[in-house]
Amino acid sequence: MDHAAALLVLTLAAGTPLVYAALGELVTEKSGVLNLGVEGMMLVGAVVAFIVAAMTKSPWLGVVAGMAAGAALSLIFAVVTLTLQANQVASGLALSLFGVGLSAFIGLDYVSVVIEPIKPLSIAALSDLPVIGKLLFGHNPLVYLSLVLFAAIQWFLFRTRGGLVLRAVGESPQSAHAIGYPVVRIRYLAVLFGGACAGLGGAYLSLAYNPSWTEGMTSGRGWIALALVVFATWKPWRVLAGAYLFGGVTLAQFQAQALGVELPSQYLSMLPYVATIVVLAIISRDAAVIKLNAPASLGRPFHPDS
Amino acid sequence: MIRLRLEARPEPSRLAGWLSPIVATAAVLLIGFVLFSAMGKDPWQALYVFFIEPVDTLYDLGELLLKASPIMLCAVGLAVGYRANVWNIGAEGQLIMGAIFGGGVALAFHDTDSRWVLAVMLAAGMVGGMLWSAIPAFLRTRFNANEILVSLMLVYVASLFLSLLVHDAWRDPEGFNFPQSKMFADNALLPNLVAETRLNVGLLLALAAVALGWLFMRKSLAGYRMRVAGLAPAAANYAGISASRTVWLGMLIGGACAGLAGVSEVAGPIGQLLPVISPGYGFAAIIVAFVGRLHPVGIFFASLLMSLLYLGGEAAQMRLALPSSVTGLFQGTLLLFLLASDVFIHYRLRVMRAPVAVAKAA
Repeated sequence: MDHAAALLVLTLAAGTPLVYAALGELVTEKSGVLNLGVEGMMLVGAVVAFIVAAMTKSPWLGVVAGMAAGAALSLIFAVVTLTLQANQVASGLALSLFGVGLSAFIGLDYVSVVIEPIKPLSIAALSDLPVIGKLLFGHNPLVYLSLVLFAAIQWFLFRTRGGLVLRAVGESPQSAHAIGYPVVRIRYLAVLFGGACAGLGGAYLSLAYNPSWTEGMTSGRGWIALALVVFATWKPWRVLAGAYLFGGVTLAQFQAQALGVELPSQYLSMLPYVATIVVLAIISRDAAVIKLNAPASLGRPFHPDS
Repeated sequence: MIRLRLEARPEPSRLAGWLSPIVATAAVLLIGFVLFSAMGKDPWQALYVFFIEPVDTLYDLGELLLKASPIMLCAVGLAVGYRANVWNIGAEGQLIMGAIFGGGVALAFHDTDSRWVLAVMLAAGMVGGMLWSAIPAFLRTRFNANEILVSLMLVYVASLFLSLLVHDAWRDPEGFNFPQSKMFADNALLPNLVAETRLNVGLLLALAAVALGWLFMRKSLAGYRMRVAGLAPAAANYAGISASRTVWLGMLIGGACAGLAGVSEVAGPIGQLLPVISPGYGFAAIIVAFVGRLHPVGIFFASLLMSLLYLGGEAAQMRLALPSSVTGLFQGTLLLFLLASDVFIHYRLRVMRAPVAVAKAA
């Protein structure tokens, strides 16, 4: 029982970077913008968060810096695609490649630096309760924050006027523009929000989940987050479920080794990627479902004058 | 009050299309200048070390072309797909599979001295790349799965697979336990092209691919169909151009080229299988395809530039103790600036005087 609870705690921890990145991307995509730069934004968020945490000795300042860095990177994407009308697919790829290069460059001197990490919550008495102590009170603060973020996004998108406008912009920017909503400004905000979330996901990786910095430490999580948004057919609660599912899959390699499974580690490391492909194929096979749920203007440029 | 405003051009500007790679390159040089100054280096000397020194001898020119070849191969293949809106971004994985297939042939026939080994290797490399790119093609056409994500995921799978092989089944028993295969026999290596350099006939393969790529896109019916599918998907559909055929062709051509690049690397400068065989050539090729305007001739020049960025990064690391990761930074910057300056293909900048100012003047 205790083992199962511990496993659940680990699964939540492993899924959390995906929760942040995928929820942020979901909001961006709901406004009709496809930003494939998540991997790059996560990496830059991770490295900037780590550097700031190492310099200021304050991991929480690092978290803020990571969010700012992710948002700054997404601003480049926003300028190029929303103002300069560049192709979103190509620009997102460019942002990912740029982020990989930039993070490797600025993180070079920090590869073996040790920092004070963000530790899991430990509330005397409560966290020590059997089973539920760990389950309810033993997570990292950033794990709780990701759940708050989920609730906030769910509420914002489907219960507020702002959320309605955002979704309208994603469904039909022309109509939203005709009614008088500032389509480009709303899309800018959605992209920046997505960037900040990706940066936060990166910061969680480098400050809490695996407190360290190594080149390419996201190992494709940004891309998996993109796939998650599709799996989830653009629904926040399904993003959450999918993220924990994949968190569980990434854990499998460590668990299998602990259980003494005789399989080269490479096979187990392949699992998250293969699982992504398989699930993506299963969810996408019904084109009508995807078409019905995807924001109608996803990936299409919008110029107010045309 | 003067406002700047983007105004749609009636016709896309071809001039702007060819100018923007030059603008982007200039922007990278400028960024490099600022960056090197900020790092306390003499910027002129740093730029010289980065961009001129790597190509000032015959040997160095050979290195430039040697590195450009795999990038060129991958980029030509990718460009065919990109023209048709088939987004294969997994060339890196297809390159690795090409190396595995070709390398497997080299190891299997290690002790035969037939001259055909190399030919079989090259063919196997292409098949390996094609098989790997067939997965996203199949999942896209049969299950509607996004080829961007699938092809990228397969990069990780391919590189783990290579790691598995060189750590285990294909490890050189006399290799002191290093994760690497035996060195290939001489008949499994690409012949040298120019004496006193490391340049091999891989360059000719790349140039042939450039020529074939041009012929295919410009002169063949299949290439024409792919261009139409990219420019006007609705019209293509109406004209009976099969969308799944387009995806398959785009993917397979990209995979074949990347696979060939992979086997050329292991049968060329590397000469064996290692856990890592490419410093991201498959990703650099994405940038090259765009910077080269998805045109084979443009791709030729863009891959020379990209190769120079790799060599410059190495030189800067050795001579100036600059981190070689500056290469990746420059690559990303190059593509971002390119896409940004591409705005002038479809738009022009208009200087607008706001009504307030007009009223004042009158």
